[in-house]
Amino acid sequence: MAVLIIAEHDNAAVGPATLNAVAAGLKLADSVDVLVAGEGCGAVADGAKSIQGVAKVLVADAAPYANALAENLAPLIAEVADSYEHILAAATTTGKNVMPRVAALLDVAQISDIIGVAGADTFVRPIYAGNIIATVQTADAKKVITVRTTAFDAVADTGGSAEVTPVDATHDSGLSSFEGEELTKSDRPDLTAADIVVSGGRGVGSADNFSIIEALADKLGAAVGASRAAVDAGYMPNDYQVGQTGKVVAPQLYVAVGISGAIQHLAGMKDSKVIVAINKDEEAPIFQVADYGLVGDLFNEVPAMTDLLE
Amino acid sequence: MKILVAVKRAIDYNVKARPKSDNSGVDLANVKMSMNPFDEIAVEEAIRLQEAGTASETVAVSIGPKQCQETLRTAMAMGVERSILVETEEDVQPLAVAKVLKALVEKEQPSLVILGKQAIDDDSNQVGQMLAALLGWAQGTFACKVTPDGETLSVQREVDGGLQTVALKLPAIVTTDLRLNEPRYVKLPNIMKAKKKPLDTVTPADLGVDVAPRLTLLKAEDPPVREAGVKVEDVAELVEKLKNEAKVI
Repeated sequence: MAVLIIAEHDNAAVGPATLNAVAAGLKLADSVDVLVAGEGCGAVADGAKSIQGVAKVLVADAAPYANALAENLAPLIAEVADSYEHILAAATTTGKNVMPRVAALLDVAQISDIIGVAGADTFVRPIYAGNIIATVQTADAKKVITVRTTAFDAVADTGGSAEVTPVDATHDSGLSSFEGEELTKSDRPDLTAADIVVSGGRGVGSADNFSIIEALADKLGAAVGASRAAVDAGYMPNDYQVGQTGKVVAPQLYVAVGISGAIQHLAGMKDSKVIVAINKDEEAPIFQVADYGLVGDLFNEVPAMTDLLE
Repeated sequence: MKILVAVKRAIDYNVKARPKSDNSGVDLANVKMSMNPFDEIAVEEAIRLQEAGTASETVAVSIGPKQCQETLRTAMAMGVERSILVETEEDVQPLAVAKVLKALVEKEQPSLVILGKQAIDDDSNQVGQMLAALLGWAQGTFACKVTPDGETLSVQREVDGGLQTVALKLPAIVTTDLRLNEPRYVKLPNIMKAKKKPLDTVTPADLGVDVAPRLTLLKAEDPPVREAGVKVEDVAELVEKLKNEAKVI
């Protein structure tokens, strides 16, 4: 049964989340096809054809697809989906924005944020902020799915040799236009792709104090995250937020500093391989999930840890 | 501009959901229910647009059992003028919710529909986008700022890398993210006033919508339990363990 993966990209390169979505697709079939929709996205198509397990790369290169506007992308995907049974995208903000629109155009249910494949029509997904793991079966012939990237190990982006086929279909809805974006600039690794994440919570106390977290992150080559409490308090921008309402991460090492461990935060990081908690409150729930807990004042412990690392 | 705002009665965000002992579903017996937090933000935004003179009328809609009346009363106590309950005991899934809302939009003719980006029970994050597709309208999902500008609506969106701004042709759909606004507390006199505001009840059949579920929940289980690890004495021990035991740095 044919599987289509919608590539995540910035018109220059394949986004890493695509590799996790392909991995999920390969649980359903021996090979998958990838749709690259964008403008001037030839380099993305070139990158996509080397991804392992990809048989065919479909390229829709046209101006209306430049900024992945859902109003233009959804009818394209719905049209291409005609030849496929499963249509998957990573559950990034782009995937979450466009895929339900595709599902509605196809008159099928969407299965959101899957963490497992139990069969061609049966999928595993977290509900209630990850407090319950649901196994759901769909009655629809076509399956529109978003994939929680941290649940599927990325496939290699080299070694494949897919054929590249242009798709000649331009949908310009005229309903919306892209006005601009302010992307957070950082020399640190991307939060959702980093091997190590150092996050700060309300205990950090101020935006200025986050420099302590950043210094440790830089020593470890880590991304910086924040709890919702820290974001709500204005210490860090929302795109740093780890949790059910922010980003879900599963790095090799997660260091939670001054984070009490609310359910909503745990939902965003509890699948990390190793969790370290540094908190002065030894009763904090974060210690119940931490592999290594250090009870102490973060303003002493974190700089001391930064100094110890070389 | 008339605004329709959709609200869901969901588990209270302070309550931890648990599976039923036979894993056949989620145990919601005697669990506190409230308005889905993202929908509170949607209601607040609609009221603010009305207070700013942009919206001429605000209508709240909820789909579900009779108890959803309470959720609608809360929306009206916040400031919405009237409500519609689409009453059903069925498990109404996102695509069916979108179809019900489409039927109401055709009846009510709003220029803007505001919804929460997702409900904190099934975490689907689908209805707004699906409704936009069914109506052929523009969508501004995960909004953190909404600015009306004549025939268009400027929406700043929370995206993975930061913020994105799109211009939507009206009528349009907006789904709310956390930082769009901070919902107001409901004052007692307003709760009393809300009891007198109109609340109409219809059924999915009245609207000609088939709400039969497409997805079947086969199993609801606890997530794997993560065992608590060890407490370390100091930073030196922590770094040593991370290097030599966990081997992650």
